[in-house]
Amino acid sequence: MGLETDFEIPVVTTSAEFVIQWARRSAIWPVTFGLACCAIEMMAMASSRYDVSRFGAEVFRGSPRQSDLMIIAGRLSRKMAPALRRIYDQMPEPKWVISMGACASCGGVFDNYAIVQGSDQVVPVDVFIPGCPPRPEAVIYGIVQLQKKIAASKLDQSPKVRIA
Amino acid sequence: MTAEEIIAAIAPAVPGATLEPLAASDSAVTPSLLVSAPHIVAACQALQGPGLEFVAFSDVTAVDFHPTRDPRFDLVYHLVSPHRRARVRLKLRVNADQDVPTLSELYPGAGWPERELYDLFGIVFSGHPDLRRLMMPEDWEGFPLRKDYPVQLRKDAQTYMPLQITQEEFQANMERDRYQRTTAKPKA
Repeated sequence: MGLETDFEIPVVTTSAEFVIQWARRSAIWPVTFGLACCAIEMMAMASSRYDVSRFGAEVFRGSPRQSDLMIIAGRLSRKMAPALRRIYDQMPEPKWVISMGACASCGGVFDNYAIVQGSDQVVPVDVFIPGCPPRPEAVIYGIVQLQKKIAASKLDQSPKVRIA
Repeated sequence: MTAEEIIAAIAPAVPGATLEPLAASDSAVTPSLLVSAPHIVAACQALQGPGLEFVAFSDVTAVDFHPTRDPRFDLVYHLVSPHRRARVRLKLRVNADQDVPTLSELYPGAGWPERELYDLFGIVFSGHPDLRRLMMPEDWEGFPLRKDYPVQLRKDAQTYMPLQITQEEFQANMERDRYQRTTAKPKA
């Protein structure tokens, strides 16, 4: 990126890739999808006290077709797993997934038959946020980590490897 | 009304049934009776009768005593008499291979908790109109609340949703839709 001042008006030169990834990472719209108590912290993150709109991720969309990010907020039961996968499949590319909290990441305290032991068995996860539940600051930190990941990724990167 | 008084009131209406009072710490509020499993419908019919009027079905649940006891399950029914402000608890001792008559004829609300018991304990209710799984996925194997069930089960997560209708029903739906769209009259 460079600032050219020799012209009548100043001109910034950069690559298309940088601009496109800047646009993508500055407006990550999450899908409205809460599974358990982590969803309460996710809602707090969007509220005025923590205000995730400072990072451009406050627009929770009711439809997966308008969303870029899925925050798996809570324990994922085996019966919910097909529904989660279906919502993920309905999101348009490029899309990202944050696994929020201990239960979504590894089953947490629910080491039993009913809970999927890690949501990465169902969808490809980009960022894992530890905590039980994570504080809203931690979720914002996770979103910032995801923004760094998007900024560092290439445009011509093939779609993520699908599992299952 | 104590358990003995309830037994005295219903015993003539259920011939051949085993009816015993059970000790319970809350027997002043909820008297407990042991009822033999085949006679549960007749006993509940008698409990609905005049003078007792246990017409409200509160819940049915089960306890698994495996492997210390045979028969392994206790079925626990709770009935309420709103007119007399009284409650009663009925206990049945059943085995895993033993069918229990359904109460859904007497109490339509009993159908759902009986489905739950079938789902989680594998207790079969004979005569139930719709005995399918309620909590677990429909293609689940085993009964999770049994004491001999592997609780920390390791299994791949399922990522597809089974089709709720048969292939023939799906085909018929598609054809009906196509027919309606091709023969629909244009709106004036």
